[in-house]
Amino acid sequence: MSAVEFIRRHWSEMLALSTEHLMLVLISTACAVAIGIPLGVLLTRRAALKRPVLALAGILQTVPSLALFGLLIPLPFIGGIGARTAIVALVLYALLPVIRNTVTGIEGVDRSVREAAVAMGMTDRQVLWQVELPLASSVILAGVRVATVISVGVATVAAAIGAGGLGTYIFRGLRMNDNTLILAGALPAAVMALAADWLIGLLESRLAVGRRRGAAHGRMFAKRHATLLVLSAAVLVVVIGGVVAFGVWRGSRSSGSSDGSVEADAPFVIGSKDFTEQIVLGELIAQVLEARGLRVERRFELGGNLCHDALVAGQIDAYPEYSGTSLTAILKHAPLTDPRAVYEQVRREYHDRFNLEVSAPLGFSNDFAILVRGDDARRLNLRTVSDAVPHATRWRAGFGQDFRSRPDGYDGFARAYGIRFSGQPREMDLSLSYRALAAGEVDIIAGNSTDGLIAALDLTQLTDDRRYFPPYEAMIVFRRDRFARVPAAREAIASLGGSLSTEEMRRLNYEVDGKKRAARDVVREWLQSEGKR
Amino acid sequence: MSSHSSDAAVLFRNVTYGVPQLAAPILDNLDLVIRRGETLVLLGESGCGKTTTLKLINRLLLPSEGTVTVEGKSTTEWDPIRLRRSTGYVIQDAGLFPHFTVERNVALVPQLEGWPAERVRERVREMLSLVGLEPDSFAGRYPHELSGGQRQRVGVARALASDPPLLLLDEPFGALDPLTRSSLQKEFRALQRRLGKTAVFVTHDVREALFVGTRVGLMHAGRLVLLDSPEGFMRADEPHARAYRETLKLGDGDADTGNGDRLSGAAERTE
Repeated sequence: MSAVEFIRRHWSEMLALSTEHLMLVLISTACAVAIGIPLGVLLTRRAALKRPVLALAGILQTVPSLALFGLLIPLPFIGGIGARTAIVALVLYALLPVIRNTVTGIEGVDRSVREAAVAMGMTDRQVLWQVELPLASSVILAGVRVATVISVGVATVAAAIGAGGLGTYIFRGLRMNDNTLILAGALPAAVMALAADWLIGLLESRLAVGRRRGAAHGRMFAKRHATLLVLSAAVLVVVIGGVVAFGVWRGSRSSGSSDGSVEADAPFVIGSKDFTEQIVLGELIAQVLEARGLRVERRFELGGNLCHDALVAGQIDAYPEYSGTSLTAILKHAPLTDPRAVYEQVRREYHDRFNLEVSAPLGFSNDFAILVRGDDARRLNLRTVSDAVPHATRWRAGFGQDFRSRPDGYDGFARAYGIRFSGQPREMDLSLSYRALAAGEVDIIAGNSTDGLIAALDLTQLTDDRRYFPPYEAMIVFRRDRFARVPAAREAIASLGGSLSTEEMRRLNYEVDGKKRAARDVVREWLQSEGKR
Repeated sequence: MSSHSSDAAVLFRNVTYGVPQLAAPILDNLDLVIRRGETLVLLGESGCGKTTTLKLINRLLLPSEGTVTVEGKSTTEWDPIRLRRSTGYVIQDAGLFPHFTVERNVALVPQLEGWPAERVRERVREMLSLVGLEPDSFAGRYPHELSGGQRQRVGVARALASDPPLLLLDEPFGALDPLTRSSLQKEFRALQRRLGKTAVFVTHDVREALFVGTRVGLMHAGRLVLLDSPEGFMRADEPHARAYRETLKLGDGDADTGNGDRLSGAAERTE
């Protein structure tokens, strides 16, 4: 898709995401200024605090942003998923430059000027407001400028915890290996950073020029005074605007509260992980609930294991999960191969440990899938992995990093089947390995069984006849207390049990990934065709 | 030396000042009476305690031991803000606010004191004229647009603006070129004769001390070693006073030392 075409089709979404991004930046920068400048002033008054506070702010800034977001999630009040947590993290990042420049600016005021101010009988407050802050203003503003630019950048990561913004495009683009999408997020963010830098820089130089330029007679005094007024007014507007916008925004996106005492008419908050199939499944849950007249809020594309944490914290009410992932990544057990045993154990332990309920399996599994080209499979009559073992010595293999490194990945697989390839398997990006297989550059890969590309590229999945791979049956995990009170909601979840075959899931994934259609439309059509609406 | 005097503007009584970082006190058991209307010069080399003495008067510092009394009241009892607003203060590089015009700099204390605007404006013009700056051409300028001498004149005008009875000057002319310095010294002496303020003037320049002072206090290592009139200073047997007098002889004819008496025609260099 060309850039022009993309913008033509998505301009309203781009605008919405840019606005969201700008909101995140404005609110967090306003908070950082509102906290950082007074804190910086305090540090110039309490010398003993200076080193520890600056060190702490410095350490905060070195924490990788994704890790900081992750650390904040389990915290009460400030944590969780969504814009609030993102803003907390952004504020923490933006604090250091604001505090440091406030301290540097005030300490940079000429000693003799300070001494004269005190000796003239100015109170500490008068020294601060009439002498120190005006003289430090351009240095402080430079700090605000750095903080704003940092915020524009870090705010792209906020998409990973469901805070929206331009990062949504970037993450989606990375996942789908779609450069247009990545650029659709990265370019507006870059433009925003440059614009912020330029605008604040302009204000900064106005302040500096005001001091340097010395047009004769009191006119300058009035002019300088006006600049300071404009600056204070601008800061005030940003702070107040930020707070108001935050209030409005919070109101419009109000999330389920974390204490479990949700009113009956609060929306069901549905989460999903950050890949296509999860978004399709999240949409599916949302739409079957909506079909029963229930209000739903979507919190899709959450990174890592955020969904589970958010569900346990009561910030989302349900999300799609895979039995094998629950068993190994969340419950930390060793992989099992029997699907029923995995499902039963997960169901029992979720109930006992988290008070969470697990739906009936949806009908398909998203397992590792050993894939070969369809014409090879037909020509050599390959159905199972064992069928392929004798041919494999002439084949080149290409595997994703994940498959190479996981405990249930390549090493165990090669041992279980005694399979050998021609040379060492190539390690490559998962989505690239599909294309490499189709193009004949490799002859066997390990993909995901529900990937839409399997059908689209005419690939054949070889059955795991030795049942080496642990099962990853799709299911829905939800909060039992929340659903217990609403029978229609339980019914909706139950209606999805066994409703999706692997082939159907592949097709739905392909509609979104391959044909670039919206998950919402794809799911609506499917539900209509199934008569579930 | 430490006698009670009804016309004492400032009284130091057994004043010691030290900081924890230094074993020896910066000021050691100082007794000193500063008389109303006199210009007392504190003379001494760097670190002798003369600036500390000055800062103890307007409560920029508080004594470790002893009491400093200003207008009959110990500085510890004074509200520091009130004390400082009734004490003019002039420092070496003027300490003018770079973001204020000359007018606002001079108007600082009257404005802090809440004088009506019209009276403040009048006072500023009066003060600028007093220190030899044409109000119309200087009021709107910023400090960086002035020469060093002009800045120092503004500093004096600022210190005098609220008509304080007491004036503290910490090497006010130390950073100026010799011609400007001597010109300002002369004007200061004339001004002092006219205004009759009590002034404490700190310098390390013996010529300046003898020229502007009605009394000279010689300080050494935190102690006041001699307190006498300029004439008495010239006759004193005190070894440090003798050493200072030696520099006068050596410095004779050295144009770089500002002796105001002989440099009567020196014009102030501006711009």
